[in-house]
Amino acid sequence: MGGWLFDPAHWSGSTGIPVRLVEHLGYTLLTLLIAAVIAIPLGAFVGHTGKGGFVIVGLSNALRALPTTAVLILVVLWAGLGDFPVYVALVLLAIPPIMAGTYAGVRAVDPVTVDAARGVGMRESGVLLRVEIPNALPLIYGGFRGAALQVVATATIAAYTGAGGLGRLVFDGLALQEFGQMLAGAVLVALLAVLVDLGFAGLQRLTVSPGLRPAGTGGKR
Amino acid sequence: MTWILENWVRFWEVTEVHLRLSVVPVLIGFVLSIPLGWLASRSSTTRAILFPLANILFTIPSIALIVITPVLIGVKILDEINVIVPLVIYTVALMVRSVADALSAVPGNVTAAANAMGYRPLRRFLTVDFPLALPVTIAGLRVATVSNISMVSVGALVGLGGYGQLFTEGYQTDNTDKVLAGLIGTVVLAVLADGLLLLAGRLLTPWARAGR
Repeated sequence: MGGWLFDPAHWSGSTGIPVRLVEHLGYTLLTLLIAAVIAIPLGAFVGHTGKGGFVIVGLSNALRALPTTAVLILVVLWAGLGDFPVYVALVLLAIPPIMAGTYAGVRAVDPVTVDAARGVGMRESGVLLRVEIPNALPLIYGGFRGAALQVVATATIAAYTGAGGLGRLVFDGLALQEFGQMLAGAVLVALLAVLVDLGFAGLQRLTVSPGLRPAGTGGKR
Repeated sequence: MTWILENWVRFWEVTEVHLRLSVVPVLIGFVLSIPLGWLASRSSTTRAILFPLANILFTIPSIALIVITPVLIGVKILDEINVIVPLVIYTVALMVRSVADALSAVPGNVTAAANAMGYRPLRRFLTVDFPLALPVTIAGLRVATVSNISMVSVGALVGLGGYGQLFTEGYQTDNTDKVLAGLIGTVVLAVLADGLLLLAGRLLTPWARAGR
């Protein structure tokens, strides 16, 4: 069953497994970057001011119900084939968990801490950037890593409209009735998801203040 | 919207299939996750096995699971079971944690009081622990239901039914309205199901709002 995966012929060339892996990782990382740039400021602002929380929660839930396949196909029909529709569909998928995590994280910062920050004379921007966001980082990472898992898994669908990534193995395997190739695609996506999550877990350890680490749990969720 | 009105019979047909393919796995998955979540809430060994396993299962893309299932259980690729089995897996993976967290959060003095009143384990679970765990459990159930409703569409990429058929057919015939019709159907179904569960949760746990 693993024959396809371990055949050296499938590990080289412009349609080889390494190329597909890099494409898949590329979709994932750029999507997460765009989504974070949109979702973190929005979530942080609403969490900081406390205004419009219900809009954020409602918007997150509505976006969650949006089928990624449909968004992908719609954008392809409107804008044509290519990587652009893939990014639109995946960014819409990644925004809700990141935004919800940021909002919840900033909201959950102890009001006493925020009060103390104001008391020592910090401006509002300092309160947000140097107190609230660093304290909210564990929950922000929680939302971000959840989004990363979903994006890695769902980027597979991009291949339906002819884009690259590991989904190519699944859809090409399906078209050729090659079970080994489909299985290889599925296994590689799952592996990549685990690796990406480990990578962000490492980043989280490096960037979150040790004082915020929950005792004994290592912060794994 | 005009597509829905002009093709009402077809729209209703795919709605029925979509509803069946998303509700059946939620029900099966929910029932399975109660004993599993209970086990996980009682033993840390079970938790150490179940939670990472659930995480890994969750990372397998749905399209991959849908194409692998028929080979693993020996049915045809166009069998509805190929969507149902993966969605049951996702539901259990999501719900085990909710149920376990909810049961672990039941206050110790409440269970101790029930024990002292002579409740036997099964009766205590059914009439004390589980009802108290309902709010968190239902929150998990809502997430599982909404994500299932959205995920059923993926089955259409290999030719299965539901709103996803409108996506693939719309794609092949360059018919934006048809894709939009499926999208609207999915979102409306998800919002309705979510609202229904929210309401059911409130009716089932009247004490949660008492004294507010």
